[in-house]
Amino acid sequence: MRFQENWLQILQTTFMQHALVGGSLVAVTAGLMGYFVITRQNAFAAHALAHIGFPGATGAILVGAPVTLGLAVFCVGGGLLIGLFGKRVAEREIATGTILAFATGLGVLFASLATANASTTTNVLFGNLLAISRDQLWLFGGFTLLVVGALALIARPLVFASVDPAVAEARGVPVRALGVAFVVLLALTVTMAVQVVGTLLLFALVVTPAAAALRLTARPGAVAALSVAFALVSVWVGLVLSAMVDLPPSFFVVSVAVLVWVVVLVVTRDRGRRTATPARGGHDRLPAVPERTH
Amino acid sequence: MTTGSPSETPPALVLDGVSVVRGGRTVWDEGTLTVPAGAVVGVIGPNGAGKTTLFQLALGLLPAATGRIEVLGGAPRRGNRRIGYVPQNYTAALGEAVRARDLVMLGLTGNRFGVRRATPDERARVDDALRRVGAAGYADRRMSELSGGQQQRVAIAQAIVDDADLLLLDEPLANLDLRNSQEIVTLLGELRRERAVTIMVVAHDLNPLLPVLTDAVYLLDGHPHHDVIGEVVTEDLLTHLYGTRVRVVRTAQGDLFTRSG
Ligand SMILES: Nc1ncnc2c1ncn2[C@@H]1O[C@H](COP(=O)(O)OP(=O)(O)OP(=O)(O)O)[C@@H](O)[C@H]1O
Ligand SMILES: [Mg+2]
Repeated sequence: MRFQENWLQILQTTFMQHALVGGSLVAVTAGLMGYFVITRQNAFAAHALAHIGFPGATGAILVGAPVTLGLAVFCVGGGLLIGLFGKRVAEREIATGTILAFATGLGVLFASLATANASTTTNVLFGNLLAISRDQLWLFGGFTLLVVGALALIARPLVFASVDPAVAEARGVPVRALGVAFVVLLALTVTMAVQVVGTLLLFALVVTPAAAALRLTARPGAVAALSVAFALVSVWVGLVLSAMVDLPPSFFVVSVAVLVWVVVLVVTRDRGRRTATPARGGHDRLPAVPERTH
Repeated sequence: MTTGSPSETPPALVLDGVSVVRGGRTVWDEGTLTVPAGAVVGVIGPNGAGKTTLFQLALGLLPAATGRIEVLGGAPRRGNRRIGYVPQNYTAALGEAVRARDLVMLGLTGNRFGVRRATPDERARVDDALRRVGAAGYADRRMSELSGGQQQRVAIAQAIVDDADLLLLDEPLANLDLRNSQEIVTLLGELRRERAVTIMVVAHDLNPLLPVLTDAVYLLDGHPHHDVIGEVVTEDLLTHLYGTRVRVVRTAQGDLFTRSG
């Protein structure tokens, strides 16, 4: 590890510029999705989708197709399968685990067949922000618009279906369809994020910033803003550090995200303790019968 | 929206020769009854008798195998905004991401797609519902930080926030201590007096509800029946219903109590 004096110039190179733009797009998308991943208790699916993408990427290398395409096909396909299996968390977990195992098997097979290019496999596993091409940036831009737009459209019913499925269903919310739509959006997010931090580290960008934000506040708008901010800071600081010492950005991006989370945990540890004590005010009185004056 | 005089108000729930099948088994059949508008109805019967199933029929979540159902004068349909619903075991699902007031707001706007800020009027209605159930003091706390009884109140606030004409409450007193359950019962009585809302409450212990109940729907021998409360709270019927000896005690003040043994 060596400090690079010319890190400011490195930041201005084309590949760094691409990394900054691409990483920022991913941060915005992942930060927003994270809130819903947590309210839906879907963290396992996020993790699994990243791994389900692995055979997609190695398969694409095998047949000479673009890696993003392979990732997208497998993530969205896996997401649809997960979404179609059961709306209850327990059912979903089992389906997710089974699909994950099968996908990992395929990944091993494809990777051993496509022996030619081991570094591409490494890129998929650990991500490589510095390898993002101009074409990929356009693709990322499209994905981001699609995911953020769709999220804005379905945010409210999706939260309703996530936290209160029985009532939401009675209220006419299409709980099942929203579940499927959500995993597809998650799959698109994972497709992007995998190329930044890799399948193995994806959790840190999709779940960790939102988890930290949720510790600090429960106001939906504030959670979304904080979560995106944490993800952006992780990507930016990670890239600057990697320019300074010439080590893989994935490591730094993930480290910053985890650091933020740990700091937030420490800062908010009192809150956890307060929650653990028996709820005060369990006997709140009803107000006296109010007289209707109108 | 104006409503007609009470005499024109259609019954809250009408079953006509209804049977319901789940998982290939008939849960109950020959359901023929009318729940009048404005009643406070205890829904009673042993575990597995089909009380929750009755609510799911009324909500349009489950089709009847035979017969005709009418809810507030129309066919059951999902998304009927005139029905407020608090499911059984309400406290099980809620995570740490929503505050009490967010949950109540979902009862008002949760089924709408698209980007839109809550209007001041909507916020006022949420505050009002939270105040009605005595939950204003913890409106900004997360659901996961509330006790079972507090969560139950917030759930009721969510059910009433849209001015429902029919409340379906599935064992709302199950997790509550004596005092909290009495306060909820008082609230139900107030809601009915002020807004003429029809309330159907599933309960295993009738005693806390007896002061406000006007009617009962009881599931006996595989069929639902309806009657006014006085006809239902009898030793013979309750003993038959629960399969264990139940005694009915009337105090000097005229209050009714049931007890087993
Ligand atoms: N999802 C389901 N699929 C198949 N059968 C079901 C389902 N839910 C309930 N049942 C069956 O329908 C019958 C009635 O169930 P229901 O939940 O309506 O009973 P309940 O009166 O509400 O009981 P409890 O007092 O225990 O809540 C039971 O025999 C139950 O086994
Ligand atoms: Mg039940």
